[in-house]
This record gives sequence, C-alpha cells and structure tokens, in this order.
Amino acid sequence: MNAAPSKSSRQRRARARRLFAGAQAELIPQGRLSGPIPWVIAIMVALTVIALATGLALGNTVTAATAEIEGGVTVQLVEPRADVRGQEAARALDALKGVPGVATMRLVPQEELDALVAPWLGSGVETATAAGIPVPALIDVRLQRAASPQRVAAIQRAVVRVAPSARVDAQASWLRPVFDAIVSLQWLAIALVLLLALALTAAVLLAARSALGSHRETIEIVHLLGGTDAQIARVFQRSIGFDAAGGGAVGLALALVVILALGRQFAGLGAGMVSSGALVWSDWLLLALVPLLATGLAMMTARLTVMHALRKML
Amino acid sequence: MSSRTDGEIIHFDNVGLRYDHDREVLSDLSFTLFAGSFYFLTGASGAGKTSLLRLLYLAQRPSRGVIRMFGKDAITMPRSGLPALRRRVGVVFQDFRLVPHLSAFDNVALPLRVAGFGEREIATPVGDILEWVGLADRRDARPATLSGGEQQRIAIARAVIARPDMLVADEPTGNVDPDMAVKLLRLFELLNRQGTTVVVATHDAHLLRKVPDALIMRLDRGRLSDPTGALRYPVRRLS
Repeated sequence: MNAAPSKSSRQRRARARRLFAGAQAELIPQGRLSGPIPWVIAIMVALTVIALATGLALGNTVTAATAEIEGGVTVQLVEPRADVRGQEAARALDALKGVPGVATMRLVPQEELDALVAPWLGSGVETATAAGIPVPALIDVRLQRAASPQRVAAIQRAVVRVAPSARVDAQASWLRPVFDAIVSLQWLAIALVLLLALALTAAVLLAARSALGSHRETIEIVHLLGGTDAQIARVFQRSIGFDAAGGGAVGLALALVVILALGRQFAGLGAGMVSSGALVWSDWLLLALVPLLATGLAMMTARLTVMHALRKML
Repeated sequence: MSSRTDGEIIHFDNVGLRYDHDREVLSDLSFTLFAGSFYFLTGASGAGKTSLLRLLYLAQRPSRGVIRMFGKDAITMPRSGLPALRRRVGVVFQDFRLVPHLSAFDNVALPLRVAGFGEREIATPVGDILEWVGLADRRDARPATLSGGEQQRIAIARAVIARPDMLVADEPTGNVDPDMAVKLLRLFELLNRQGTTVVVATHDAHLLRKVPDALIMRLDRGRLSDPTGALRYPVRRLS
C-alpha cells in the first residue's frame, strides 16, 4: 500500500490554509448565482450605489453652490425713480470701493435684469424700465472671504450713507434653508447606505447559518478528520464571496443604468444648481468600490458566523 | 505483531461520560493503549463501545477523568490544539459518514487535503488505496451509487490514507462479505505492523479469532473489563 505523501509541515500548513482551493471537488457545493443570496446582494448593492450616488451628487451641489455664493453680497437699490436710482447706484459703487475686504463689484446690466424678470413680464416688453416697472438696480459684490454678518453690516453702513434706498443681503443667507434641506437629504442618503449595509450583513448571516445547517454533516466530518475552524470557515467564506461578487457586479450594473438615466433627465433641466451636482471621477470610483466592500463585508460576516458556530463543537 | 515498544499513546484515568443529566454511559475507565498494538473493543450493543470510540477520536469530552493522547492532556488542551491530534487518528465510522456530494476519490482524498497536500501528491496514493480496496473503477462514483460494502471500503480507505498513528474502527466489517472482512482485517494488520495502533470495535466473535494476538477490551454496561490483562499489565504481556 502506498503511504501518504511526505511533505514539510510548513508547506502542508500553507496548503491546508487553502482547503480545496485548487481542487475540482468542492467541500460545499456551489451553485453559481443559483440561490437567492446573490440576488439579494445584487438588490442591496444596487440600492446602496443609488443612495450613495444621490448623497454624492447632493454633496457636490452644496459644495459648488457654497463656493459660488459664499463670498457673494447683493446690494439692491429699491428707489422707484429711475434717475435717482441710477445716481444712488453710482454713489454706492464708489462707496463700496472704500470698504475693506471687497474683491470685486459689478452693476448688473439692464439686459440681465430684463432677463431675470422676463419669466413674469414676458419677452414682448422691450425693457422692464421702459414698461414703467420699477425694477431695483442690483450690484453684485464679491468679498475676499465669506460674507459674515459683520462684513455685511460694514457694507450696509457704507452704502446706506450714500444710497438711502439700498438693501444689502448675503447671497448665502437666501439659500440657507435650501442648503439645510440638501444636507438633510445627504444625511438621509448616508443613513440609507448604513441601513443597507446592516441589511446585507443580516442577509449573509442568515445565508451562512442556513448553509451551516444544511452542511452540518460535512462540517462534522471535516472537523473530525482534523480540519481546523479557520479551514472550514474559509470554505464558507469563499462560497459566500463568489455569491457576493457575482451579485455585487449585477447590482452595480443595475445601479449604473439607473444613475445614468437619472443623470440624463436632470441634465435636460438645464438648471445651474442641478448641473453642479454632476458626479466626478472620484465619485464613480467610490461607487465602483461598493460591490467590493459588499463582498468583503459578506465574507467577513460569513467567516465570523461560521467560526462562532464551530466554537460550539469540541 | 503487536510490537509495543514506543510507550503509551493513549491514557485514560478514571474517565466517566454522561450525556446531559442521564446516567453515566461510561464509568471509571482507566487504561493505557500502547503504540503498535492491536486492540479489539467488544461488548454487547449499548455497552458503550461507540461512546468510548468517540472519546478516542476526540468527538466528545468526558464528563470526568483525565485523557492523555500522544503525550498531551486532551482535556485541558485548548480547542486550537485538537485538530493536530485528530489528524493522528484515522476513523472508520459505523455509518461510514462519507460526504454525499463528493466522489469516492475525493472522499478518500479528504484527510490529505485537510492536511494540506497538493493535488499532484494526492493522486497516486489515493489511486493506490482505491485499487487496494478493489474500487479503482468506482473512483468517480458518488456514495449514493455505491453499495453498503463499497461505502464501507471507501470509509476504511479514507481512514488509513493519511497513515494515522492510531486507527479507530467502529464495526468496520459489518457490511462486507466474509472474504472482504478478512481482507480488511489484513489491511489493519499491515498498518499495525507498520506501527499504527489499531482499535477495532466489534461484537463479532469470529473476527476476534482472526487476529489471535490482538488484545481484548471488553465493555459491559459502560465498565471495562480486561480479559487478556493487556490493559492492567501491558508491559508484562510483551515478555
């Protein structure tokens, strides 16, 4: 009778760590994407990627809009008489030149004002002023730093002295409620991602327990033949890893289709704030990491579940 | 045969075993098994043979007492140390316990794979032992397609493939014809001559006569008797 092959114990230990890794036989029969778990993981990954993409897009919107208007101050001259309004505007521009911290200033041209009110007055009116409507003159001021209440107050003092009808507003303050709402949505997206990760962990935990139950006999045999907990756990980990990787790839593909379709819809709106929320390459990279992280999470959950169950055996 | 020269490999001291809160199924077991010996464990059905074997192949911890295996205390040893001890024990289970979705070849190869041998190193010894048990032509068959006798031979091939220090067999000839029973016993004797300690549990009196030099351990309602004196006076029997 031929004896068992001889081998150094170090080499054997290294090979034993990869129980059945190179063998055609599989200790746990693996039906590729055949059970419910890969599809559960696909749905989880798709929802996670969509939620994350939403969070990232909202984040980009806030960042871009904040950078745009953080140092912005609008001076409105609400004098109804057009000639006096023009004089106040000229004096206000002069006064603003002496205010420290002002980077640039610009009197908004009449064409732009007409364009702003066109949605209400219609394009048939040549100019709002010509139609006799007292549209305020606007001065767009850019500060070197963010428009703090103190800086806005300093501008107010300087301008009102020479233009009594002036009203000064930090642009950021108008949009604060919108930003707050967007940030809340971002937190909601983060919470959704975390909840989906928890749900994925729970699904894998149930799958690992179910697999443990249905393969208990095999596990006991390998255990009694000298298989270690780590060897047995690795077999389950690999099996769940295949399922998670397959499901994750399908989920990512589904999510990308949804994201691209939604992106096209929003791009069609042509609104500045929406277009500033477009995903950048680092966002796409992060989204591509979701199935990898899901696979890692699934494998870790499977390993811990199986190790915990095996510890109950002698 | 039975050239017991390398000292003890198993030592039981006042071992008892009870399942849950039931009465003890094994009581006051104190004995020593020596390397290279051949033991028959006999007793009526329900005497505790399988329970004793479960203690020997570390499927069970006793309720009390001390068990030393291969010089190590198997009771206080941490769980992480037990797989290494189990790999030194080959087991033929009474119900074979073959992995149903693996082929005959893969079932036999399982202990070698668990021990970390590569596929190229496994092919020859597994092929040889399948040939030895007369099942070379059934290497790809699943257990469900094999007869009871064939399954038993696969179980025996799996138990001995890794050349264990101790072979524990629970009624290993129960499902084979007399010729195959003798052939399997000869395999056990061959392993025994090569230094493997063999413990065969059987209630077949004919089998005991086939290996006249074997030492007998008799269990009666969980207690061990020692008709050959081998357990109490192992060294004296050598002379």
